[in-house]
Amino acid sequence: MSRIKSCIAAAQAAGRKALIPYIVAGDPDHETTVALMHQLVRDGADIIELGMPFSDPSSDGAIIQLGAERALRNGAGLDTVFSVVSQFRQQDDSTPVVLMGYLNPVEIMGYPAFVEQAAEAGADGLLLVDLPVSAAESLLALTQPRDIDVIFLVAPTTTDRRIAAICEHSSGYLYYVSLKGVTGAAISDTGEIAGRVAGLRAQTELPIMVGFGIKDNASALAMAAVSDGVIVGSALVQKIGELSDTDSREASLIADKTALIAAIRQALDSKPA
Amino acid sequence: MSDSETAVTPEQDMFSGPDLAGHFGRYGGVFVGETLMAAVEELDQVYRKLSKDPEFWQEYDRDMKHYVGRPSPLYLAERLTAKYGGAKIILKREDLNHTGAHKINNTIGQALLAKFMGKPRIIAETGAGQHGVASATVAARLGLECHVYMGADDVKRQAANVYRMKLLGANVIPVTSGSRTLKDALNEALRDWATNVDSTYYIIGTVAGPHPYPMLVRDFQAIIGREARAQSLEEYGKLPDALVACVGGGSNAIGLFHPFLRDAEVAMYGVEAGGDGVDTGRHAAPLSAGKPGVLHGNRTYVMSDDRGQIVETHSVSAGLDYPGVGPEHSWLKDIKRVNYVSVTDTEALDAFRELTRMEGIIPALESAHAIAYACKLAATMTPEQTIVINLSGRGDKDIHTVADIDGITI
Repeated sequence: MSRIKSCIAAAQAAGRKALIPYIVAGDPDHETTVALMHQLVRDGADIIELGMPFSDPSSDGAIIQLGAERALRNGAGLDTVFSVVSQFRQQDDSTPVVLMGYLNPVEIMGYPAFVEQAAEAGADGLLLVDLPVSAAESLLALTQPRDIDVIFLVAPTTTDRRIAAICEHSSGYLYYVSLKGVTGAAISDTGEIAGRVAGLRAQTELPIMVGFGIKDNASALAMAAVSDGVIVGSALVQKIGELSDTDSREASLIADKTALIAAIRQALDSKPA
Repeated sequence: MSDSETAVTPEQDMFSGPDLAGHFGRYGGVFVGETLMAAVEELDQVYRKLSKDPEFWQEYDRDMKHYVGRPSPLYLAERLTAKYGGAKIILKREDLNHTGAHKINNTIGQALLAKFMGKPRIIAETGAGQHGVASATVAARLGLECHVYMGADDVKRQAANVYRMKLLGANVIPVTSGSRTLKDALNEALRDWATNVDSTYYIIGTVAGPHPYPMLVRDFQAIIGREARAQSLEEYGKLPDALVACVGGGSNAIGLFHPFLRDAEVAMYGVEAGGDGVDTGRHAAPLSAGKPGVLHGNRTYVMSDDRGQIVETHSVSAGLDYPGVGPEHSWLKDIKRVNYVSVTDTEALDAFRELTRMEGIIPALESAHAIAYACKLAATMTPEQTIVINLSGRGDKDIHTVADIDGITI
């Protein structure tokens, strides 16, 4: 069983909703990313989505683009991503890490080298925003033997025919995009999302996580109520952006930036599932 | 299997792409976020249906004739020909189209698609502003809301076109992210489309983006090559010996080349923006110096560093300042049907001045790249031979850029 599957199974057995923060590898720097990951685990993160910085993140909003630009200015690349994961793994052998990003850096590195290095670093999942399931065959052939889960997005616009194909090839969890738009936008219609997630349930046994637009306790609670867990990206990356204004990397400062994750954890756990 | 089933028909050869999934060989395809997949698939279905409908093309042809002013002339540049002393230098005058460039051929066609799909809102990206103007123009004509994304640096260097778009009723949105040029405008347009996907038709201005855009933009631009072919046969009694066009995203080039691809005797040259020189790294020539990658929805030659980050491009011409290129060009490069070459900013500026002074035609700086290469090429050919250059746009929009370089304030 993959780390992602056993992690989600454990959360479900305990009646917990999964909490999945997203940060950008190398934002603001390599060492701080590792420190942030450990802090997020202490804050109650179940899984960590680690952004692979890309110069042209056209599915992301301004906040995550700025996070990627900060990382790139500091020289981050896929090598940074792998080294962050393996360093994290030295102290944490249980929290699943999902690499999330865009296709071009992976294409330039080459699929076999990418999958091998991701697996060796200790990554558990992969989400490539601009790689639709219909074009993922050669990548899936490499990830499956290495027990790396490939996660696909399902959007409000995704047709039933596409949902069937996505469910067939996904493993780990389904990432339901709460809104039409980019990361960091505002959720408008919780009722519609509940209906869509219920529809997905009928088509798959995979856990369903909801992301895009979850920024505080209220939005996290609303989305967790209709799903198996929530993904929090832009709101966290915005806070991490403040680290660029200071040279201090004290543990208390790091914990201050991730405090919203601790707060969401508490809110999710105090609400009966 | 019968002979008719095994025979390679013209619909199945190496120039018949894309396949149903949008591939030209290994290039093209659909690589966008899931939110846009349904919209892209819908557009593909709509276009497949409409493109088989003769009435659709009749309406397009009517607009081409009465609104755009087609056919555009094929003009023999006699003084330029005499100077280089070789092949006849002939200009396909897309600069004479309504709005001053080839871009209108595509926006008219896509506006018909938007109208059929009932979308009240148009978005577009633009580099030099020609596609933005052409989009704002069709939006005005159809009474559609229009938003044009333009890199903040391009807004500065193409102020006249920005004002034209505003006069036409479009909202011009300067893009300050990334390198503040065309690629960033494309990112921003994709974000807008994902956000407003139900109401919005995205008019992509070049033969890039996810399938079906590279196919449908090519089909709307191929009128250039069809006319040039017929005009060549009528005026010169033969096909051209060479075709030359500039390549940024590559829509004017594919428009000229496509109807000639199966004419093996016609040589083709796509001219990329060499900037300060391809060997300096400061250029916008992905086919000359890039490698295959994925950008803006398709697999194609891309300028990216060894970590897969898209690198900043440089060209004096805003319309060529783009790190990717249409996927069909990548295919035509690999199969060696088209020669992709480059000229520098300086060579393009010299050609800009030369065409202006010798033929009384001010070319767009984009098109000046094609002129520069064609003149060199002509000198190596004979007077019986002909070169058709796609003069893809007029240069009025560039006079401030050229004046700046000359140290003159207008």
